[in-house]
Amino acid sequence: MKNLLKNFVKIAVIALACCYGAKASNIELTGAGATFPYPLYSKMFDVYYKERGIKVNYSAIGSGGGIRQLSAKTVDFGGSDAFLTDQQLNEMGEILHIPICMGAVVLAYNLSGVNELNLTPDLISEIFLGKIKKWNDPKIQKLNPKANLPDMNIVSVHRSDGSGTTFIFTDYLSKISDEWKNKVGTGTAVNWPSGLGGKGNPGVAGLIKQVPASIGYVELIYALANKIPFATIQNKNGIFIKPSLTSTSASANVKLPDDMRVMITNTDAKDGYPISGFTWILVYKEQNYGGRTYEKAKALVDLLWWMTHEGQKFTQDLHYAPLSKEAVKKAENLIKSITYDGKRIIN
Amino acid sequence: MDTNNNQHKLCHINPDWCWLSRVKRIFKITDIMPDFLFRKIILISGLSILILTIMILVSLVTNSMLSIKTFGFKFFTARVWDPVFDQYGSFPFIAGTLLTSFLALIISVPFSLAISLYLGGEFIKEKSFFAGFLKNSIDLLSGIPSVVYGFFGLFLIVPIVRYIQMKFGVEPYGVGIFTASIVLAIMIIPFSASLGREVIEMVPAEIKEAGYSLGSTRFEVIRYIILPYCKSGIIAGVLLALGRAIGETMAVTMVVGNSNIMPSNIFSPANTMASVIANEFAEAIKELHFSSLIEIGVVLFFVTTVISISGKIIIRKFAIRT
Repeated sequence: MKNLLKNFVKIAVIALACCYGAKASNIELTGAGATFPYPLYSKMFDVYYKERGIKVNYSAIGSGGGIRQLSAKTVDFGGSDAFLTDQQLNEMGEILHIPICMGAVVLAYNLSGVNELNLTPDLISEIFLGKIKKWNDPKIQKLNPKANLPDMNIVSVHRSDGSGTTFIFTDYLSKISDEWKNKVGTGTAVNWPSGLGGKGNPGVAGLIKQVPASIGYVELIYALANKIPFATIQNKNGIFIKPSLTSTSASANVKLPDDMRVMITNTDAKDGYPISGFTWILVYKEQNYGGRTYEKAKALVDLLWWMTHEGQKFTQDLHYAPLSKEAVKKAENLIKSITYDGKRIIN
Repeated sequence: MDTNNNQHKLCHINPDWCWLSRVKRIFKITDIMPDFLFRKIILISGLSILILTIMILVSLVTNSMLSIKTFGFKFFTARVWDPVFDQYGSFPFIAGTLLTSFLALIISVPFSLAISLYLGGEFIKEKSFFAGFLKNSIDLLSGIPSVVYGFFGLFLIVPIVRYIQMKFGVEPYGVGIFTASIVLAIMIIPFSASLGREVIEMVPAEIKEAGYSLGSTRFEVIRYIILPYCKSGIIAGVLLALGRAIGETMAVTMVVGNSNIMPSNIFSPANTMASVIANEFAEAIKELHFSSLIEIGVVLFFVTTVISISGKIIIRKFAIRT
């Protein structure tokens, strides 16, 4: 099925191996996957190379591509914003999900003169289902008595490319609205009932800036960096939460499963922002495959440990939310469970 | 003597390099039969293009087998594209592609025809400064990367289209089929214009002069002599431009609105075959999603092949006429 891709990757790897053949004595790790954490990963890997002398290459080709390459065993780790389904795990074998950082998805909008906008889960789902059509709908006006909402049609904007951001957002919508769950569902790409599509965060942000009376979802980092206004959202506990790095991290202060395959959208945490999620690095639990050396496996484990501990200090500067304490603890257990020939690499 | 010197030099620098001199000797032998070797190289390069094309087709078809088996012909008629519930119908994308590219063609033809008539020598003297300037800017237009056209569309054409949409009272998205068609039209004008210019230049001066001597106006010469004479060449240029419009991805994706819903009018946001592949391929995790996207690639492959072959056939007809 995926021979085309596999062969291409093989050729690429051979070509790379030829280029770097002379330096092969040093251990190098390669990864591929999600674009969302790419700025953070490149910072982390850059520092890691300076500190430990181990080179890590990461290509941001999208979560789907990362999973495909990991399953073709052409990379040492994959990056993903969505966890693997049970079916995928059955096909690929035992794969661990190591959380690295957290991100939030915000609802950015374009309404001149409106600097603060409060939204409830019901309103969000109805806007994206195309059921609330006007900005001055009484339901929105009631929540925002001070805002001067125009008599204009709401234009919803979504990602046209498959994306982990879409996965987090549609997962949230499926949790808060049964109609959404049955009609549209959760996925990296879904059949949107209405609205415009933009490619990537820049595409969505560009459309929001261009189209008056529009609302769309982008990553928090992106809205912060581009100074686009975004909505404050009511969480499960009825508290209106402004998206921020703190409220994103806070959303993971809940009981987490041991395998960390969890979506924390619509979180129970009291001060947590409801549309947030983890981004993971995916690795095989048993590292002795495809002729890998013990040294390489050890290097990978060390890298993961560093990323979930020392590496966390780089998150905030780049507008990523660091892992919560609970999440770090789970990550430690997962990293310790990585084996080589059935034996644990670190204890 | 020369070879010897080189051998010494090379061996002197590094003994490992002695084999290089042997390579030189082989090339010496080939001097005797350059013709034979040249023919082989040409043959191999020619064949490899053919093999490559077949390989592209084979890999596309094998990778899309799952989707072909699952949906059969319904793949082309179904209107729902839903990666969550694994329902894939490509009709909205086929419609989006055809609408944007034919609309682009309709917009571009008057312009490209006018440019080619102008540059073809009917209205200007050879080598006037303005003609040279126009010709060079047309060539320049064809070399601009498509992403730049996308930006141009997003920042200049989208606001204009939004203004028109407000006048017409439709949803003022700004992006959509109409915007994409305008951007595409600008992108393909250089192709049809330069081909049109070439064939118009080839109209023999004698028959044009014959027309004028019979008292025809300039319009009549163009209408009754030049255009009929160049008809097939101009159509071929238009078809090649159409092939380019159908396959265009980046610029279209940026301004077409990327909505998977069947477009209802020419201002609707839509999606084309090329843009849906560009959008969803990287994150297509499900097997069926992956193979359905590749099947769209197969359709695109066939559509562009048919268009470029018919363009070639028309050009050949033209060649016989001169």
